[in-house]
Amino acid sequence: MKKILISFTVALSFFILALPSCGQGSPPIEGGILPKISLPVPEDQGYKKYLGLKGDGTFLIPQIKAKVVLIEIFSMYCPHCQKDAPVVNDLFSKITGDDSLKNNIKLIGIGAGNSDFEVDFFRKTYGIKFPMFSDAEFSIHKILGEVRTPYFIAIKISPSGTHKVVYSKLGGVSNADEFLKTIKNLAGLK
Amino acid sequence: MFKHIIQGVTVVIALAAISGPAFGLSDAYKNNIYNPGELKPFDSVLKVKVGDPAPDFTLPAISGEKISLSQYKGKKNVVLSFVPAAWTPVCSDQWPGYNLAKSYFDENDAILLGITVDNLPTLYAWTNQMGKLWFPVLSDFWPHGAVADIYGVLRTSGVTERALFVVDKEGIIRYAHVADINKRPELGALVIEMKKLKGK
Repeated sequence: MKKILISFTVALSFFILALPSCGQGSPPIEGGILPKISLPVPEDQGYKKYLGLKGDGTFLIPQIKAKVVLIEIFSMYCPHCQKDAPVVNDLFSKITGDDSLKNNIKLIGIGAGNSDFEVDFFRKTYGIKFPMFSDAEFSIHKILGEVRTPYFIAIKISPSGTHKVVYSKLGGVSNADEFLKTIKNLAGLK
Repeated sequence: MFKHIIQGVTVVIALAAISGPAFGLSDAYKNNIYNPGELKPFDSVLKVKVGDPAPDFTLPAISGEKISLSQYKGKKNVVLSFVPAAWTPVCSDQWPGYNLAKSYFDENDAILLGITVDNLPTLYAWTNQMGKLWFPVLSDFWPHGAVADIYGVLRTSGVTERALFVVDKEGIIRYAHVADINKRPELGALVIEMKKLKGK
């Protein structure tokens, strides 16, 4: 009986540990919070400064120094993400070119199922200037409910460090101005 | 009785923990992708190996042409990309990446031939969702999977493995990789293999 219970416990532990990689997540709900997503602190000093991070190791998305973090779930292999890349670049330029927004809205990309090589290739191909992270084993993608790509999530971070998802939708950015206006409205930014 | 129940539950939990293929899917295909679920990773035995002359073939392309492997001999390195089936998750997000990565093929004087066992109308409709592809897409539909079978990548279900072959300008196989059918092979590994052809 003892052996049986041990094997049961081991299997149960394995199951619980494996939950995040088993498609247990669902797409973030507007009004809810983002699941815990741990990303590596970029080695690139420019990205590190942009995100307001210090040191090495990993960070959680709400630790990014901003009022709003916009997350693009993309894939190098996704035709819509490819087509959308110049418009997302335009969106980034509009944010960084506006003094009232550049420190308040930060943009990151997460490459679903993309290796470092593939993310880097996508970044170089389109001249993308915001930080992009690889998710080669789909672990983040699974936590986020295996959304189709491109998918955008925006979180609003309060001064106390809590956050709320204000935007969570499938689809790209057809118009950078309109998209930015939507995000600003939802986040209560002027 | 209790012992059997616990053992059964243990097996179910362990299986559940390791199940679930991972794939991303572009919104380009909307809800038109059929998900076959997780498949047996490999289901055939390669009939060719690195160093062998690549078996020649002629297949119809969606452009209306007939393409032979031998037409590239002495002119171009060739990458053969067999993917299992149109309108399925992993396959649908493999060739669009190669489409974007044309520069790597150009740098290494290589052409890509995409092959499935689907018929031409199916391939035409499917690849139209990927945008304009720069490489020929070939149908190994009839005799069904004959070319895949020559290479040893035809599965017992009638679809192919997810396989890549790099054939040099002399017509010799320099790389043969059969990936787990549930996973997309990583681009960087293919680029490394293409780079090895330089100077040969």
